Amino acid sequence: MSGMSKIVKTISSITFPFVTIYGLYVIAHGHLTPGGGFQGGAVVASGCAMILVAYGSVWTMGKIKEKHLSVLESFGAIGFIGLAFLGLIFGTMFFKNFLVGNDFLFGEIGKGLSNISTAGALPLMNFAVGLKVIAGLFGIVLVMAYTTKAKGGKIE
Amino acid sequence: MPARNVAAVIFFTIVAVFFVFGALMTHPFGDPGNPEMDQYIIDNTQGETGADNGVTSVVFDYRGFDTLGEATVLFTAFAGVIVLFRRLKK
Repeated sequence: MSGMSKIVKTISSITFPFVTIYGLYVIAHGHLTPGGGFQGGAVVASGCAMILVAYGSVWTMGKIKEKHLSVLESFGAIGFIGLAFLGLIFGTMFFKNFLVGNDFLFGEIGKGLSNISTAGALPLMNFAVGLKVIAGLFGIVLVMAYTTKAKGGKIE
Repeated sequence: MPARNVAAVIFFTIVAVFFVFGALMTHPFGDPGNPEMDQYIIDNTQGETGADNGVTSVVFDYRGFDTLGEATVLFTAFAGVIVLFRRLKK
């Protein structure tokens, strides 16, 4: 029986979906409202760290391994750099915003708030960086907590 | 007084003088020296990138290499933690 008391587990289980949805909202609206991939990813990773503290690192490591998080983070990094290289291929230079101006995906020009289909490649880069930050931060916290438990430390 | 303390006092005095003169010689508040780049980004960020959020357009488009470096730092930190703590698990 690892982790904290039943009250903490119940409350963290109730609040975890709201924290996750808020973080995903910050990531998805990164080109419209304050925030972006880094900030929203930090919010989601904080929610995952709350679950980790409440339920214990052994239970959490049974749910998701750090190798899966490593794969997720690598996908985020490859997506980010791949979007930058697509700017080199379809546009003129590295990090060229090649999707702006078309009528296919995120191509419109923003004229104010509340139009999410704008800004070209910026939302896709936000998604990639958000995935990367979620997996990276939660992976760091998870591995450190689990290893401290395995060495007989105080953190469960 | 030992020579090491004398050297430390001289060194910190020089650093403090540099900090004070650096603070006194900055441009006055509300008067940036060369605002051409700021004004260019304020004027053209919606037309060029299509984003309503100017900060995101600067971070991911105008200064994309900076974000690439941040992502590399995070990736290196994750890889380092994984490599460092993997030996302790056995």
